[in-house]
Amino acid sequence: MSGTVLAEAPERAARPAPVRPGRRYRPGGRWRRAASPVLLVAVWEAAARSGVLSPEKLPAPSAVLATGWRLARDGTLATHLLDSLTRAGLGLLIGGGLALLLGAVAGLLRLGDDLVDPPVQMARMLPHLGLVPLLIIWVGIGESLKISLVALGAFFPIYFNTYAGIRDIDERLVEAARTCGLGLLARLRHVVLPGALPALFLGLRLAIGAAWLSLVVGEQVNAQTGIGFLMMEAREFSQTDVVVLGLVVYALLGLLSDLALRVAERRTLTWRRGLRAS
Amino acid sequence: MATRTARELTPAPPVLTARAVRRAFGPTTVLAGVDLDIAGGEVVALLGGSGSGKSTLLRILAGLDREATGETTVHGTAAVVFQEHRLLPWKRVAHNVALGLSGPDVAGRVDRALAEVGLADRQRAWPAELSGGQAQRVAVARALVRAPDLLLLDEPFGALDALTRLRMQGLLRRLRAEHGFAALLVTHDVEEALLLADRALVLDGGVIAEELPVPLGPTRTPDDPAFGALRRRLLDRLGVPTP
Ligand SMILES: Nc1ncnc2c1ncn2[C@@H]1O[C@H](COP(=O)(O)OP(=O)(O)O)[C@@H](O)[C@H]1O
Ligand SMILES: [Mg+2]
Repeated sequence: MSGTVLAEAPERAARPAPVRPGRRYRPGGRWRRAASPVLLVAVWEAAARSGVLSPEKLPAPSAVLATGWRLARDGTLATHLLDSLTRAGLGLLIGGGLALLLGAVAGLLRLGDDLVDPPVQMARMLPHLGLVPLLIIWVGIGESLKISLVALGAFFPIYFNTYAGIRDIDERLVEAARTCGLGLLARLRHVVLPGALPALFLGLRLAIGAAWLSLVVGEQVNAQTGIGFLMMEAREFSQTDVVVLGLVVYALLGLLSDLALRVAERRTLTWRRGLRAS
Repeated sequence: MATRTARELTPAPPVLTARAVRRAFGPTTVLAGVDLDIAGGEVVALLGGSGSGKSTLLRILAGLDREATGETTVHGTAAVVFQEHRLLPWKRVAHNVALGLSGPDVAGRVDRALAEVGLADRQRAWPAELSGGQAQRVAVARALVRAPDLLLLDEPFGALDALTRLRMQGLLRRLRAEHGFAALLVTHDVEEALLLADRALVLDGGVIAEELPVPLGPTRTPDDPAFGALRRRLLDRLGVPTP
């Protein structure tokens, strides 16, 4: 049972389940859904305390929390977290920015579509984490490797959702905007951008998930800092509590980024709520 | 009435002229040389079977089709109302009406246009919150707020239920009397054409195959014998057998 928890944590951190924007809000369901995770943690704690689980294999949640508190107080956690966040942020910015640009070019221009889309479609077939050996040859094992991995992971979801978001815009709305005297730039601003925005949000959410996953893998290659390094180092000294703590941090990062994005989405896409009400 | 007679005596300068308009999609020629004039303030109904090219012609006149040949000129401003409302779902009603507007007092103009279609209180609504008839009225307001000299209407009430359609026809008649815009009303409904238009055209075989003045005065009912005669003629021309 506790094995499930361990396997679940990095999975969550890496790939937040794509939640449909139209999910129903159920006031009572929220508490009911909290019951089984709480129970699971309680069972884990009890198993660890009673000695069923040896602390080298899996320490109690309370022990992991205590370790987390210790590392947070002496600043270790903050340092490594900041380095991980910087890598994720830079990679997202580079990969996401490039994806947005190329996705827009391919989505808006026929020539762009013909030139850009085929190579991207081909590259999509490569599992980007499998590129690690090649990337090491190209950019070495330093910081660029981690950032390149994140950028690669973030690129594809944003590219494809930008492309699809633009392509799915109702041509008739663009036409109506033209009859209202909107020029090319005004049409991009008032029709194309808001029309593609829901897809862009979806792409960003998937990209952030891919970014965390890339980071998990990237930070295990010769890192000197970062949450991944913290975990690899702890493994060498058999500090299982720190390893589990790393997983928890990864999971929390995934959860928090997903939450922040969902709030931003709800604020920006208010018009969709009206759409659902009708 | 007085302006009407004056207009009949000295025809108003045209607000639209189209000459030899042609359009083909691949091997099929849809428009094979359409000539069309619309005088200022004149309402012209364009009838024709399904697929006869009515929407194609209207899109060309609205400047939305770059592949058509021939010459079309709109003297003044034109605005379009489509069969579907085509409101931007991510803009509130007032912002949809204001789309592309510039100049002084945009908010005031939007206010007045929405009041004229009876939706002054729905400014902040999202399009998805409106009924079909309301959304179409917003689309009419969006056209009206531009103070067009020519209104291009492509089966604007075709998707509405019969009762709403009657109300919208009344609304259009009232707005036209107040603002005096000219209009090209594409419709497949002969009664609608006779209720609203000064002239009816039939598009067939890619050309204007029939032109029929509708001298029915401002208050029209389908019970009028003259109305019945015109209807039979148009239905005949459209190939619908009448008893
Ligand atoms: N974009 C297009 N591509 C190919 N054929 C088209 C296109 N638009 C219209 N057509 C064809 O042109 C003909 C006239 O269409 P349309 O103008 O919409 O007819 P109407 O509005 O009178 O019902 C139809 O046969 C239709 O299939
Ligand atoms: Mg049509």
